Amino acid sequence: MYKIVEKAVLTPVTKKFVVLAPMIAKKAEPGQFVIVRNGEKGERIPLTIADFDRAKGTITIVFQEVGRSTADLGLLREGDSILDVVGPLGLPAELPASGRVACVAGGVGVAPTYPKAKAMHERGVKVISIVGARSSDLLIMEKEMGAVSDELHICTDDGSRGFHGFVSEKLRELLQGGARFDEVIAIGPLPMMSATVEVTRPLGIRTWVSLNPIMVDGTGMCGACRVTVGGKTKFCCVDGPMFDGHQVDFKEAMRRSQMYLEQERLAAQVRHEGCAAGGDR
Amino acid sequence: MPLARTAMPAQDPKERTKNFDEVALGYSEEMAVREAGRCLGCKKPPCVEGCPVFVRIPEFIQRIRERDFAGAIRIIKSTNSLPAICGRVCPQEEQCEKLCVLGKKGEPVAVGRLERFAADWELAAGVERPSPPRWNGKKVAVVGSGPAGLTAAGDLAKLGYKVTIFEALHAPGGVCVYGIPEFRLPKRIVHAEVEYVKALGVELVTDIIVGRSVTIDELFESGYSAVFLGTGAGLPKFMGIPGENLNGVYSANEWLTRTNLMKAYRFPEYHTPIKVGRKVAVVGGGNVAMDAVRCALRLGAEEAHIVYRRSEKEMPARLEELENAKQEGVIFHLLTNPVRVLGDEKGWVRAIECVKMELGEPDASGRRRPVEVKGSEFTMDVETVVMALGTTPNPVLSRSTPGLTVHDWGGLVIDERTGATTREGVYAGGDAVTGSATVILAMGAGKKAAAAIHEYIRGKES
Ligand SMILES: Cc1cc2nc3c(=O)[nH]c(=O)nc-3n(C[C@H](O)[C@H](O)[C@H](O)COP(=O)(O)OP(=O)(O)OC[C@H]3O[C@@H](n4cnc5c(N)ncnc54)[C@H](O)[C@@H]3O)c2cc1C
Ligand code: FES
Repeated sequence: MYKIVEKAVLTPVTKKFVVLAPMIAKKAEPGQFVIVRNGEKGERIPLTIADFDRAKGTITIVFQEVGRSTADLGLLREGDSILDVVGPLGLPAELPASGRVACVAGGVGVAPTYPKAKAMHERGVKVISIVGARSSDLLIMEKEMGAVSDELHICTDDGSRGFHGFVSEKLRELLQGGARFDEVIAIGPLPMMSATVEVTRPLGIRTWVSLNPIMVDGTGMCGACRVTVGGKTKFCCVDGPMFDGHQVDFKEAMRRSQMYLEQERLAAQVRHEGCAAGGDR
Repeated sequence: MPLARTAMPAQDPKERTKNFDEVALGYSEEMAVREAGRCLGCKKPPCVEGCPVFVRIPEFIQRIRERDFAGAIRIIKSTNSLPAICGRVCPQEEQCEKLCVLGKKGEPVAVGRLERFAADWELAAGVERPSPPRWNGKKVAVVGSGPAGLTAAGDLAKLGYKVTIFEALHAPGGVCVYGIPEFRLPKRIVHAEVEYVKALGVELVTDIIVGRSVTIDELFESGYSAVFLGTGAGLPKFMGIPGENLNGVYSANEWLTRTNLMKAYRFPEYHTPIKVGRKVAVVGGGNVAMDAVRCALRLGAEEAHIVYRRSEKEMPARLEELENAKQEGVIFHLLTNPVRVLGDEKGWVRAIECVKMELGEPDASGRRRPVEVKGSEFTMDVETVVMALGTTPNPVLSRSTPGLTVHDWGGLVIDERTGATTREGVYAGGDAVTGSATVILAMGAGKKAAAAIHEYIRGKES
């Protein structure tokens, strides 16, 4: 059992937990993730480690309530415990030690971006962050990102804050204005990452993306997480989650992420009816 | 003496494809005593030679004949610590029963069924709860809670060691819980074996991936005198043919893990989904393939197919499971090999293209090598494809541990006599060493390594 020592509601659909998990906190590196299971009947849900504190023995996870399992998880309160948390999984990100790096983050992707930006900032890398969301009320971790960035650009799809448009467009604008980046890290929804790698591809700027395909075990045992990178099949949970974005087959990744849409809809409906009937959740 | 063995009562094939309950129901006392009566009680029993852990077969069968069931299970357990599991899943027709003298004229004694009977009798009567022996002051770490790890842990605990098992998944049992389905090996049986090992004082910690959460070096630093690796062969193979990443293509590991460990057959009550499809094709001919295809039927598939590149004779699956699959209506395409998976415009599986095979010269495994028949391509309409092509050891641990040598196919290099790896104090056994094999071999390897670990630690003391 892993105790939630702090809970914050970042947006109506985005929650943050600080979880007591000393063994994981001791080993965690930026780029790695955990798998959590909430209850005996729960799914195994992969979530990026958004921050860790080795001294306190805690890790931070941030998640968006997209389906039944994450919605259930979101109901847990400070002081409650999560049944299973296993990790750290995946390979640590290979982060540069100098130069200028653009961190492009969309939606809940800001959470996994943060530990990388922080680690680079601590090493003296110039971090230029471009953080976006659909609308201003969905922006998360703005303050945290500001603290580890040399420049912070806010974008919203609806123009309610900052740059009116996608983060990839803001990146293009900066590049056209003469900005120079040694590397780009892009994390967020698949269409956003896909758009971002198309901005950097013609310029040949090395662009890292973090993939989050459907997973089961997270240890390389099932192959649910297969992605095609550079024409080869990779298991994201052990070979990733960070990959060279110019090599990733995003079309396939988007298609595979939709495998269980029908079942998710059914589950959401069951959950809804359960709640309406005063079910046991 | 009847030439035929006593039949095993089983759930009706039509009924059982609608549930996940156990198919073979087990002998009654009368049936067991009758079958035991067929044993000739050979002076030099060949069957024992066929058993990887040398269960004293005629002796335990004699006890069953005398209705001394407690005596029977005691004899079995003196060499086999997991009889309720082995009685259900061992390939007896390749081992003990193959060598039975009765098999020359009629059917061999049903050794596996009798072993299962004795073990189930004990489970029902209540297993004697062992009291943990006195601690000898030493600690041993066991990585993985499959048959190899559970056996090594149990044996070491009996010798007085404080043993901790570290398991990566949230539930113990290895392949016996995540792979082999409920209808063949009920999870309560595996659970009982785990509880027995725990009653010996073994500590079980789940959610720990050795090599990631904690390294082997750190285990030694925190006071463990030796480490046993029973990490299995968890890495699934794919064929490398076009279309394998289409939606609807599963590895058998994923298919079975979703179904068995995560209980997707009870979705949405359990939260892990599975996409079954009307027609399912499983590629392969081993136990894993049979389990996968029989799960497909129980999950609601209208048609379940096996596609296997050799002939029935070469199928590595247990005979009983092959028979069960046939009775349940599985459709077999033998000497057939997929060449690509075809998708619809949305990227979902719509068919597989296969080619006919014929058997050529024997290969390294001694089985005749299948070769393609030119121009024999045809397509089969299916919505789901499950690849059951075998597995290799997972490299996560060996990569993170300096000093461990692995073969190029991923298996750990060990000293056959002791199970010692190339790193001092680290022993290994089971599928992690052999690649996918059997429960009984994994158990035997766990036993051997436990004895060698005991020797090693005592040797260091003196
Ligand atoms: C579907 C299926 C059907 C089968 N049917 C039969 C059958 O009928 N008869 C038969 O005899 N055999 C059968 N087998 C084979 C048999 O199950 C295996 O040979 C046996 O389980 C191997 O035991 P093991 O202890 O070596 O490994 P496993 O049972 O694979 O256990 C290994 C355990 O180690 C854990 N682990 C791995 N890496 C780590 C790590 N780094 N840290 C912590 N834990 C780790 C894994 O999660 C797993 O729980 C079948 C296998 C499958 C997949
Ligand atoms: S999640 Fe199972 S192999 Fe990656």
